[in-house]
Amino acid sequence: MPQMIIASRLADGVVVFLAEDRSWTRSIAQGAVVDGAPDSERLLAVAKQHEADCIVTDPYLIDVELNDAVPKPVSIRETIRAFGPTFKTNAQAELER
Amino acid sequence: MYRYDEFDHKLVSERIRQFRRQVRRRLAGELNEDQFKPLRLMNGLYLQLHAYMLRVNVPYGTLSSDQMRKFAHVARTYDRGFGHFTTRQNIQYNWIRLEQAPDIMAELAEVEITSIQSSGNCVRNITSDHYAGRAKDEVADPRIYCELLRQYSVLHPEFSYLPRKFKIAVTGSPKDRAAVAVHDIGLRMHRNGAGEIGFEVLVGGGLGRTPYIGQTIRKWVAERDLLSYVEAILRIYNLHGRRDNIHKARIKIIVNQMGIDKYRELVDEEWERIKDGTLNVPEEELERIRSYFSVPAYEAESDRSVELAAQRATDPGFDRWLKSNVVAHKIPGYAIVNLSLKAPGKAPGDLAADAMDAVADLSDRYSFGQIRVSHRQNLTFVDVKQADLLELWQRLCELELATPNVGSLTDIICCPGLDYCALANARSIPVARDISRHFIDVDELADIGEMTVNISGCMNACGHHHVGHIGILGVDKRGREFFQLTLGGSSDEHASLGDRLGPALAQGDVPRAIQAIVDTYIARRAEGERFLDTYRRVGIAPFKAAVYDTGESRAVA
Repeated sequence: MPQMIIASRLADGVVVFLAEDRSWTRSIAQGAVVDGAPDSERLLAVAKQHEADCIVTDPYLIDVELNDAVPKPVSIRETIRAFGPTFKTNAQAELER
Repeated sequence: MYRYDEFDHKLVSERIRQFRRQVRRRLAGELNEDQFKPLRLMNGLYLQLHAYMLRVNVPYGTLSSDQMRKFAHVARTYDRGFGHFTTRQNIQYNWIRLEQAPDIMAELAEVEITSIQSSGNCVRNITSDHYAGRAKDEVADPRIYCELLRQYSVLHPEFSYLPRKFKIAVTGSPKDRAAVAVHDIGLRMHRNGAGEIGFEVLVGGGLGRTPYIGQTIRKWVAERDLLSYVEAILRIYNLHGRRDNIHKARIKIIVNQMGIDKYRELVDEEWERIKDGTLNVPEEELERIRSYFSVPAYEAESDRSVELAAQRATDPGFDRWLKSNVVAHKIPGYAIVNLSLKAPGKAPGDLAADAMDAVADLSDRYSFGQIRVSHRQNLTFVDVKQADLLELWQRLCELELATPNVGSLTDIICCPGLDYCALANARSIPVARDISRHFIDVDELADIGEMTVNISGCMNACGHHHVGHIGILGVDKRGREFFQLTLGGSSDEHASLGDRLGPALAQGDVPRAIQAIVDTYIARRAEGERFLDTYRRVGIAPFKAAVYDTGESRAVA
């Protein structure tokens, strides 16, 4: 199963994904995808080091599907983390207009 | 209103300074998350699915218009332009940046609002009846005692590290609008034959994964003994409450394990030791607090019911709104007005910054600049002249805050659910949205009458599902969301926990299931019976049959 690293950026709490160049991106499309150990372990080790370095907090591996152009998390929870609430309030909708 | 004294000002500004340093140390790597988490939680700052979340106290649900404007300012400046009012009469912001949290706290402190103890294992915001001080049926204003308890419990060194969180609610009316029976301590005010005020004390109520209705530990605690008795309860809990298992750490577990009689015995023993000590409430202190809650300068208004009857006869929308959202005031010529935060399709309890400002302005114009937050996630203007009702209704309609559904099926309590919350198993807001869009006909809602629908996205029960007439619990079954219905719950003075209806339903089936429950009720109700009365009389079987024996195949789990 393909996997990615998801985390919360420490300073503002927003959801980020670990990219191939070891930077963190807000876009799941730009995150690194690995398939199985040892690549997943290598990626997680990088993320844990960034947690220790106070760049992110609570990084972990999530399962993703690669059927479309953009990776899609398998679980509903991680899908909501990746793409935002499934429900938009009027205030949000207005802001995004 | 409560107001800060010199101690509050000093404590709060010191606390913000400390937190600012703690945030700086966290960002600089001097504190790791394990070290920092308890510090941020003590200030109401959580880390949720999308960002940090800040929970801000609204003491006993009473706000000034300036405080509401500050909420709007915070929503606009530091968040995404809205806030969420909660079942504990607080407000939550969903998109907070850690680095800005101390600035937000400093801004809130300017209007004497804090987030201290809105999280953590301590005494949380003391909640009350949103009609407090204005209800026709009340013994006295419960907020006087809420404020006394607030001053006593904020930053109390002995009770800052309890086994688990601790929630207290107070009602001054026999009609319980504050859900006191599902709190760790529930206080019901009474007056004795001599005209003195006292408290019936309930203990060990609570929802979550192990729900209990609170039990009466003492029928009468005199006003002067209130603090010492509450302290005795807290001390016994602090000593005996379990710290080894978070799921068994609330006071309800220990009360129900040892039994109410044994718990009472331990409390009485402790109370005997401390009751004549320093915690006796001096009358002058009570008098000082009472003065914070003095009634506004009402004008001599005559009752306008004749005039109102003429207005409502010409406008059925106004008539409907008066029936569902407006209640009697204890002063002639005045009324209590509920603002519905449950317009069809909207997230229950959410309010945009512009609407917050508009509400603040309306409260200045029509209700002495005061706003209440109810535990059912609505707002209330408690001092509106009957002569102003028509005009206020028109203004509220423009703001979509006049949906005539308060106390009805679409006045849904709903937690943030999996759309925001790190603990949730399922989304709750889309379920509320679907139900509110299904039951759009206001005449049908009026015919159905009093019915509470409460939705939680997980068993922690922030959406009070156990005590909804219809409760909806989101569950995760092998990665899919399903919804478990319960019937017959209530959080009023005859509180009860709901009974499980049957297998959990797919989200798309929830509105139809509720329609089937409603149809069954309407077919079987006796004259004057509310849904809850009918349910208690006929039992669960006909409702179960209506939902499940339909011949249709439904996704159930």
